[in-house]
Formats: sequence, structure tokens, C-alpha cells
Amino acid sequence: MSLDIWMRENPLTYIWLGSYAVALLIFAIEIAMVRHKRKITLQQVRQMREAEDEAGDEK
Amino acid sequence: MAINWFKYSAPTTFYGLAGKLIPWFAIPAALLFAIGLYIGFAVAPVDAQQGEFYRIIFIHVPSSILSMFLYLIMAGYAALGLIFNTRLSAMMATAIAPTGALFAFISLWTGALWGKPMWGAWWVWDARLTSELILLFLYLGFIALHASIDDPRRADRASALLAIVGSVNVPIIYFSVKWWNTLHQGSTIKFTGTTMHVAMQQAMFTMLAACWLYAIAVVLARVRSIILERERNTVWITELPEVRS
Repeated sequence: MSLDIWMRENPLTYIWLGSYAVALLIFAIEIAMVRHKRKITLQQVRQMREAEDEAGDEK
Repeated sequence: MAINWFKYSAPTTFYGLAGKLIPWFAIPAALLFAIGLYIGFAVAPVDAQQGEFYRIIFIHVPSSILSMFLYLIMAGYAALGLIFNTRLSAMMATAIAPTGALFAFISLWTGALWGKPMWGAWWVWDARLTSELILLFLYLGFIALHASIDDPRRADRASALLAIVGSVNVPIIYFSVKWWNTLHQGSTIKFTGTTMHVAMQQAMFTMLAACWLYAIAVVLARVRSIILERERNTVWITELPEVRS
């Protein structure tokens, strides 16, 4: 069955899978990326602080 | 009681404020998405001409509006950063760009899915579609230009110029359906009113509010990471509880 016929027979599935599921997936990926970025940045800042503390102790 | 707005333009103050504001935007966004989808699919009637396919409007129109408004806000912040040399303005512009690009992509993607059953084509080189595609490229150009320059302050200035010059595209997108003969339909909602069914309006405005709240929450979350990254050598960052723990 071609896509044209399928979409006309199942318009709501076409809309949901094609638009809303894709949009929600994009939102989910964006949220995951923002959370990951925060996690990584916090790790880097903590490592920097630890390195500075160790350097301070050695002095 | 007067609010000292300049206080919140400092990354030191804004970092904490943004952290407190995120749940106030994120939770209502999720609720409004659920309500908007319910009204859009269970309450709003079938369209007389387009059948069920018109229901793409509830994500297509909000994402198109957001893609344009976010660009103007991004360009506004970039201009503020360029003129007043404020650190937070440039950080906000950088934080807005990815979200704006995603909304521009969703707008184009859902538009293609709407175009296929209505026009018989996924894509046409129509003025509205082409100018929206240029908007996506402007967002991507802003992100790429900013990432390609190592010095963040120089990157801010270079990408700010691109954002400001590119903002001329936003009115072109909006008025494209009036200025040229386009396949894309004209504005359904005008300042003078609308002929849309009440339930359709409710679904669309609820989804629009949800998208706005989502965008604000994500941008606030992203700008907090940018502040952390760019202010990492300052004392106040090292004294933050999340850094000390």
C-alpha cells in the first residue's frame, strides 16, 4: 500500500507518528542534552576546584 | 517596592533565580501540553475541508510562532550584549539559539507532513517555506559561528552581528503570505479576529502557551550551564553548593 493511500486511511496515526511523536521526541532529546550538559559542566568545575585545592595544599 | 532589574542582569544573581524559576515553567508546560493535546484530539471537531489532517496545526503553528519570536528575542539579547557589553545578554542569546533552531525544524517538518496530504507535495519552494528554511539556517549559522571562535567574547560579538542582520528575515516570513502569491495559506488568526472554531482556538492557544513555557524552562536550564562554564574561574562559582558537594 502506498503512503498516500495509507495516510488517507489512517490520518490520526499519520499525524501522531509523523508530527506529535517526532516533536515530543525532539523535546525529550533536547531536555536530555541540557541535563547532560549540566552534569558534564558541573563535573568539570568540581575537578577544577579539586585541582586548585590540591595545589593549595601542596604549597 | 521597586525591583532593581539591573541586579538580575548579573550572572551571579541570575544563576540562582533561573534555578528557582525552571520548575515554575516546566511543570505548567507539561500540564498544558497534555490539556492542549486532549482538546486538540478529543474535543476539537473535524475540519470541513481538511478532515483530520488540520490537527497538525496544534503543533505546527505554535512551533512556527516560537521559531520567529525566539529569533527576535535572541537578536535582542545579542544586540544588548553588543551595545552594553553585558555578559548575561550574550549568554542568553547563545542559550536561545538551539531551542529556536529546534522549533524552526519542527515547524518545517510538521509543515511538510501537512503539505503532503493537502498539496500533494512534501516541499515546494514557496516564499513562506523558503524564508522559514532560511531562518533555520540562520539559527544553525549562529550556533556554528559561535562554536568556531575560541574566545567567548569575540564569539559573542561575531554571532551577535549575524543575529541582528538575520532578524530582517522574521518580518519577511510573517508577511510572505501577503507580499507574494503563495501556496501556503494566509494567517488564520489576525489582530482583527478569527473564524476558527472555539475548541480549535483553545487547543492552539493552550499548545502555544505550553511551547512558550517549555522554551523558557529549557533556555533557563541551558543558560545555567553556560554561566557555570564561562564563570568557572570565579570565586562565586566555586562556592556554589552544587560545586562544593
